Amino acid sequence: MKRLRILVLRRLVQFGIIGLFLSGSWWGVEWLKGNLSASEVLETVTLVDPFLALQSLVSGQVLGMVSLLGVLIVVLFYLVVGGRSYCSWVCPLNIVTDFAAWFRSYFKIKNNISVSKNTRYWLLFGVLALSATSGSMVWELVNPVSGFQRGILSGLSSAWAIGVGIFLLDVFIGKNLWCGHLCPTGAFYAQINTVGLLRVKAPKQAECDDCGDCYRVCPEPQILPPVLKGDHPLKVVGDSVCTNCGRCIEVCDRAVFQYGVRPFGKS
Amino acid sequence: MAQAPQKPNLARRRFIADSGKAVSIVALLGFGLQPVINQAQAKSVNYIRPPGALPEADFSAACVRCGLCVQDCPYDTLSLAEYGQVAAAGTPVFEARKVPCEMCEDIPCVKACPTNALDKTLTNIDDAEMGTAVLIDQEHCLNFLGLRCDVCYRVCPVIDKAITLQMQRIGRSKHAVFLPVVHADHCTGCGKCEQSCVLDESAIVVLPRDVARVSSAEHYRVGWDEKQKRGKSFLPEVLDLPDRRPK
Repeated sequence: MKRLRILVLRRLVQFGIIGLFLSGSWWGVEWLKGNLSASEVLETVTLVDPFLALQSLVSGQVLGMVSLLGVLIVVLFYLVVGGRSYCSWVCPLNIVTDFAAWFRSYFKIKNNISVSKNTRYWLLFGVLALSATSGSMVWELVNPVSGFQRGILSGLSSAWAIGVGIFLLDVFIGKNLWCGHLCPTGAFYAQINTVGLLRVKAPKQAECDDCGDCYRVCPEPQILPPVLKGDHPLKVVGDSVCTNCGRCIEVCDRAVFQYGVRPFGKS
Repeated sequence: MAQAPQKPNLARRRFIADSGKAVSIVALLGFGLQPVINQAQAKSVNYIRPPGALPEADFSAACVRCGLCVQDCPYDTLSLAEYGQVAAAGTPVFEARKVPCEMCEDIPCVKACPTNALDKTLTNIDDAEMGTAVLIDQEHCLNFLGLRCDVCYRVCPVIDKAITLQMQRIGRSKHAVFLPVVHADHCTGCGKCEQSCVLDESAIVVLPRDVARVSSAEHYRVGWDEKQKRGKSFLPEVLDLPDRRPK
């Protein structure tokens, strides 16, 4: 259980957010209304997903003060907790892709196509370029991330189709194919994460005995060697694709990793 | 003398490869999404937007598909479009035949919208332009057949402005018929008429404005309107033609 403590906490947060959206009004006040694209907290504060807002802006729309403020709050929040915390602590599609990754390892499925981890950045660029040229939020016509979120919160049957589709993609086509290679939403939040405050640090990297546990659970294992290997290993996971999921922290028997604040200035 | 083999310019190679990737991904996205874009941008008669919705092209770029308008609608009129529906997935629509817009005076759906997709300048619901009612099949309309059904006229929230009854003699008998006539300037597109039509399928249907209406032809003028604008008629009231008499 000690090796699952952060995972359990993450699932509680993810399901808790869904629960707050679905629970309706308690004591006459709605906790959360809307969905993860935009929402209203306690019927006062409006939150707007910055990636959606950016698509709308480059399509030529003026968003207005309420939604710009909503974007600002969300961006500031993720600057503190790390941009891709959205991916592992909030996005419900992460539950599906984590399950797919577990399924792969449990049934020893090795199918893997070679797709660059940078494809997501090109997709992000393509999505924004296409929004600008078409003057429309083209990606949102097909975006499985917002489609899945909206689907489970509004009870649309398409949520099942999207969930199963992404699961099959991750199980039989490629490991971590959606979240780790293709998802432009994750690529966008990784941009915020380049200056994110909360980080996974490796203060006791000298204790590492190369057991490989962290590599097996990490959804972005390519970011670990700079922290663990070489003559001058970094003291902090520097790569912006780290989702702050904390799996490496909890599975490491030698407590190499821990959450911490990024160092400023020269390292 | 043989030239020494040049060191490959890695930076340039990477730039060319990356540019190629960018172009191909944008092109693939564009081609792949084109049918979806076409479908979403096509004129549709199957759905109506909530009050205050921007023109369709702007609306689909301004709506973030959060569903707050749907949640704040007290009559469960609105719903989010599903994949495969004609409207872009996740955008709010309603089907008037099922649940029409009740035209709340405080317009909660517009207030709920976090972006400008539903225009906040709409404060009087009577100014809403969700669509325009059109009597699409007058041959089955009971009023055209001579009955005094009048249901669409009576349920209209803008009665006697958006729908009027026009008396007309038909000559089949001594009786007159009362034809429901829609006046688009006053019709909000709420769909109460469509919902309440007593036929199995509604003879009167709310259509999106861009489907229901055409622009007036530039070269035609309505004489009495022009006269009012100008204060007097274009032509002298009485034409004084030269008298011609047989010699």
